[in-house]
Amino acid sequence: MNFWHFVAQNKLEIADLTLEHLTMVGIATLFAIAIGIPLGILITRRPSLQKPVIAAANIIQTIPSLALFGFLLPAPWIGDRAGRLAVLALTLYALLPLIRNTYTGIKGVDRAVVEAARGMGLTDWQLLYKVEIPLAASVILAGVRVAIVISIGLATIAAAIGAGGLGELIFRGLAMVNNNVILAGAIPAALMALAADTLLGWLEKRLSPPRAA
Amino acid sequence: MAEAVIEFRDVSYHLPDGRAILRNLNLEVHRGEILVLLGRSGSGKTTALKLVNRLLENPAGEIRVEGRPSREWDLIKLRRHIGYAIQDVGLFPHFTIERNIGLVPAIENWPNEKIAQRVEQLIKLVGLNGDVASRYPHQLSGGQRQRVGVARALAADPPILLMDEPFGALDPLTRTDLQREFLSLQQKLGKTVLFVTHDLREAMLLGSRIALLEEGRLVSLSSQKEFLGSQDPLVKKYVEAFGTSLEFSGKRGNS
Repeated sequence: MNFWHFVAQNKLEIADLTLEHLTMVGIATLFAIAIGIPLGILITRRPSLQKPVIAAANIIQTIPSLALFGFLLPAPWIGDRAGRLAVLALTLYALLPLIRNTYTGIKGVDRAVVEAARGMGLTDWQLLYKVEIPLAASVILAGVRVAIVISIGLATIAAAIGAGGLGELIFRGLAMVNNNVILAGAIPAALMALAADTLLGWLEKRLSPPRAA
Repeated sequence: MAEAVIEFRDVSYHLPDGRAILRNLNLEVHRGEILVLLGRSGSGKTTALKLVNRLLENPAGEIRVEGRPSREWDLIKLRRHIGYAIQDVGLFPHFTIERNIGLVPAIENWPNEKIAQRVEQLIKLVGLNGDVASRYPHQLSGGQRQRVGVARALAADPPILLMDEPFGALDPLTRTDLQREFLSLQQKLGKTVLFVTHDLREAMLLGSRIALLEEGRLVSLSSQKEFLGSQDPLVKKYVEAFGTSLEFSGKRGNS
């Protein structure tokens, strides 16, 4: 049985798993954005928090993914369902690029622009949403892009704890020593990562501010 | 006696590491005048300026704006009461010129029509062509950007202007144009201006009075004429350097 044959025969299951994969990554990315971007902004306002926050995100990043899934297993409520666990782990991994890029993006806004904005009497909040966030948007988005691409790859490992997704095919293929099955999981995951990367790269370009003045 | 709009009363300012930037500065800026803070880099002139609109906070001593201690002002009200223009301009690169100039009026909730009128008026006032309104800062020349910076500082019609070498980065011809135009603009509008520069030529052209700072101390405070005739050794040094540069350029011109 060749690869295309296998895909044709199992197209419904592959579509299902792809959708599951996408949902997992999507939810985790939304959580990570909701936590990471405000945290990144916070540490531009409270410099004393910058080092500990980045360090914590760095440490999370260094935990091997399989181990992280294992660590989280005993957690109450979260541990009850493999899906929740996978989303939590993916969220944690996506935090670092989001926090770091938000911080770098905002800190990278031309100091003269920030000084002029403060000097003319913008409140801290107005400075943030009228000046800093729009000017940092492309850098922040680059962080989102990295986070999503990492998540799509990592989510394949979530199948090891029974969270489903395209990893399921990969693990099954490994157990069956069947390359076709592995590829049926790996190729859609790779395509998904490529598509997300291209789309967000395009968006990033559109959002980058006119050449600095 | 002229009314003091900005007063420095025994103001000192230290960096966190203890280095003194300003030492016991006493100075009054009167309504309607251009007071020039002259000094070399590191003399504390920019620091003095930023203490007025509280971009730098907590000096020793007291600064009064319109007779009220600056620290008692609501920070945002204080800054909107004072126009601010700097050498690097700091135009918002993601806004058109129109939005750059109209930002303060917009956040002060002026009606759109009034903002549009004001922006149009200001663009003319600073000698720009009306078609720059829809352009972005990076599409303008350095001189045009400085003009926009001045227009933006004037947008909500603040009675006080703080200017930190606003014409410093320009070529000499454009700089002279802008200085002359600014002078006539100021005479027309009667703003109270605190102007920072290291350029004696600029100080002589613009200043009603000149305050010379050196290492955070006020060395002399005088009118232009008094400044040129001053016996203070540091002032003399300044005037000499200024004179030689004139002579020098004169000789070069003849040869």
